[in-house]
Amino acid sequence: MRRVAITVNGVRHEAEVEPRQLLVYFLREQLGLTGTNVGCDTTTCGACTVLLDGRSVKACTVLAVQSDGREVTTIEGLGSNGDLHPLQRAFHEEHAVQCGYCTPGMIMAALSLIEEHGSLTEEEVRKGLEGNLCRCTGYQNIVEAILRAADELTAARA
Amino acid sequence: MTETVQAPTEAQRYVGGGVLRKEDPELITGQAQFVDDIVLPGMVWVGIVRSAYAHARINSVDVSHAREQEGVVAAFSGADLQEEWAAALPCAWPIQTRSFPTETDEEARLPSHWPLATDKARFAGDGLAVVVADSRGGVKDALELVEVDYEPLEAVLELDEALRDGAPAVHDDFGDNKAYTWSLGDGDAVQRLFDEAAVTINERYWHPRLVPNPIEPRGVVVQPFPAMGEFTIWSATQVPHIAKITLALSLGIPETKLRVIAPDVGGGFGSKLNVYAEEAICLAVARRLGRPVKWVEERTENYVATTHGRGVLQEMELAATEEGKVTAVRARLTADFGAYYQLVTPGIPLLGAFLYAGVYDVQGYFFECTGAFTNKTPTDAYRGAGRPEATYAIERAMDALARRVGKDPAEIRRLNFIPPFDQPKEVASGLQFDSGDYERTFDEALRRIDYEGLRGEQSERRQRGDTKLLGVGLSSYIEMCGLAPSQVLAALKYGAGGWDAATIRCHPTGKVTVVTGTSPHGQGHATSWAQIAADELGVPFEDVEVLHGDTAVSPLGMDTYGSRSLAVGGIALWSAAQRIKEKARLIAAHELEVAPDDVEFADGAFRVRGVPERAKTIPEIAFSAWTAHNLPPEIEPGLEATYVFDPPNFTFPSGTHVCAVEVDTETGEVEILKYVAIDDCGNVVNPMIVEGQVHGGVAQGIAEAMYEEAIYDEQGQLLTNSMHSYRIPSAAELPSIVTDRTTTPSTTNPMGVKGVGEAGTIAAPPAIVNAVVDALTPLGVTEIGKPVTPERVWRAIQSAKGGAS
Repeated sequence: MRRVAITVNGVRHEAEVEPRQLLVYFLREQLGLTGTNVGCDTTTCGACTVLLDGRSVKACTVLAVQSDGREVTTIEGLGSNGDLHPLQRAFHEEHAVQCGYCTPGMIMAALSLIEEHGSLTEEEVRKGLEGNLCRCTGYQNIVEAILRAADELTAARA
Repeated sequence: MTETVQAPTEAQRYVGGGVLRKEDPELITGQAQFVDDIVLPGMVWVGIVRSAYAHARINSVDVSHAREQEGVVAAFSGADLQEEWAAALPCAWPIQTRSFPTETDEEARLPSHWPLATDKARFAGDGLAVVVADSRGGVKDALELVEVDYEPLEAVLELDEALRDGAPAVHDDFGDNKAYTWSLGDGDAVQRLFDEAAVTINERYWHPRLVPNPIEPRGVVVQPFPAMGEFTIWSATQVPHIAKITLALSLGIPETKLRVIAPDVGGGFGSKLNVYAEEAICLAVARRLGRPVKWVEERTENYVATTHGRGVLQEMELAATEEGKVTAVRARLTADFGAYYQLVTPGIPLLGAFLYAGVYDVQGYFFECTGAFTNKTPTDAYRGAGRPEATYAIERAMDALARRVGKDPAEIRRLNFIPPFDQPKEVASGLQFDSGDYERTFDEALRRIDYEGLRGEQSERRQRGDTKLLGVGLSSYIEMCGLAPSQVLAALKYGAGGWDAATIRCHPTGKVTVVTGTSPHGQGHATSWAQIAADELGVPFEDVEVLHGDTAVSPLGMDTYGSRSLAVGGIALWSAAQRIKEKARLIAAHELEVAPDDVEFADGAFRVRGVPERAKTIPEIAFSAWTAHNLPPEIEPGLEATYVFDPPNFTFPSGTHVCAVEVDTETGEVEILKYVAIDDCGNVVNPMIVEGQVHGGVAQGIAEAMYEEAIYDEQGQLLTNSMHSYRIPSAAELPSIVTDRTTTPSTTNPMGVKGVGEAGTIAAPPAIVNAVVDALTPLGVTEIGKPVTPERVWRAIQSAKGGAS
């Protein structure tokens, strides 16, 4: 077992973890943060996307021990109940959610994309989302939602 | 209480409006509860040892080393658990060899399908043993310690091989691999039409196996209550009600002691329209151990252990006049069922059997399907189920006919469309279509994509010898949804009815609970059902809560598949609302001191005719019904109603999808330039949700046409066994599409709704492939198999040139 200290959504957690423990199961099973989903176990679907020190990673391919001393943001840290993040609001209002299983990862990936690029074109969104699969929506409304949130977030910063 | 009620504003009408989804808040904040999110005290983990061989005799299964491993709670071979099964896993649709609807000549062949195989492994992935450990990781370690002694047998993988005389039998007791031959129509009469025809078309199409891939894999949690003999099972399923009755039978658990809950479910696309071995295994293990258990499928496991779709070979024939008027259609299928029957495996081809003439007016109709067992994962429903295959065959064949008679594909379709109709109309296959105006939808699609303009650009590119050619693909589809009525299902040997149920409960505080028998997993029923209830009862949308997916809460239901939910479950809800109003009218009249006939429901309240300001709302009546202080004689307290709707017919959504593609003749790459989907799903409850269904359906159809294919090696190992090797398109590969609708209300139900969940997946594949072939027609290309990958396109071009292929 290894001792780690990981700050998740602004709260520092110290824990003993197996060296093989994946970050996603540390979040889900040790911290009870089940908003981050697991879809493929092979870094392909992106359902488990979280931010590690502000950049998107697939939490099924990061070990908990690799996150030691670092900051993780999950969907639960983004906004909730009446205080939604612009991306969450855009996903709701553009009908970018159907079954919702890919949604937390999709939102976290989009957040990282917006942080990196600022305002985005449709092509940039589509290429930027290549690592996040959705089987319900055909992506069209997801792309719309991200474009809208990107505009909103960059306008707010300007 | 006041008797003056404001008329609702237009904004209070919800059906047809752009209402945002009730489901979203928990899904966008990470508060949803999927099966894998459930943790119970004392819970242990289950893992399944799966066959490494596609076909092998099982000499022995030794779990003793696994049992000795630290953290392992138990380990069972198939033989160890055999006494847990009261019955084999269910097939609800056993089809026998017969000519429908008349001749039946033998009993249906039903393979024995136990949750764990004990004699033979029949596909790579067949479950052989179970390990139970106190952690997720512990299960993975223990799986490695189970020793299976196999005697490998020759695997039967391809259809022609499976049906060859003397082929090794997947099921020894059958002797061969033929499942059935089922036919529809008068073969001799159709042959005469072919004999007389000036033109005949004979095409062969192959529909590769597809892996459904909902982003949430399957998962099961069981909580046993040993002292009571009760069990609660949470399963990532589309069908909690069907699972309850079939699992009760398989496990010998009284149905009254089994509760099935489908919590938030992360997509299904048909692959969760099933009752699986793992559900039975988890119940059995929980019963043995008296502890809660959990099994969550890994993605690579999902590729072999969850049903596949398609796997169908078609011979499609048209008989036509010299002008291209189709007189008869003959479709002969061979279908790959895999190693066992899952819930509705043998019935899938029949869901398309009646639709091979599409939206065209023909005289002669013949369909025949022969099913075969192979040493592969069982096939079953995948979005569209039988109807994408039918639509593909007729729409590809119509293009072949157009090429043969030298007409534009649009002209050939116009020549053959069934004329508009608004009352049920019998077609050659024997169905009664409900309503339709196919040419109007077609015209709209062609207008929106600028068909004439595209044809102009196409010929310009051809004339200047452009290496990037333009192709236009048309697809006019029809589907049948709302599997019904129950008597017809009986004739087709389906094991259940086609009804669904809804309950409306009006609470004394004015709030309304809707209980539905449908089980959504992304379709937004909580929103659409609340819209219907709010409008029918004159209450705010926000005051309606919709409960589903729990057999203890919603005891009556037939669940969600086949685009049936609105056309059956939604109508049950609408009808329950009428029952509520029948009772509420009597209470309102009593309180308003007028005769019931003098009260009408208008603008959201019961109003005295001629004196509309004298009124009672449903919330007011619900309160009166609860206090029961002043009810009319013989009226029971409470305001609640249940309705079970058994539709009199299917519904028949239709539409035209048209796309323009650019094909690079040097690389074989295909780019979709524009895609227009015009759908007629009857009346619409929530246009935003309908559009979303079309987006997603088209994406899956494009995936089928261009990207996805399950590929096995010669030993029967699935090579495309992960999201790395099986290509699910991402946002980067898919286009934005144009969607719109025309409306012919269904005559099957009082809301005039038809269903839309599968439309896109049914329509898109022939639109894409027709477009690619259309682009390459000047080069002599007439056929490219799905998926139209750059390699296949390039080879088709080379082959047409007479070069390498």
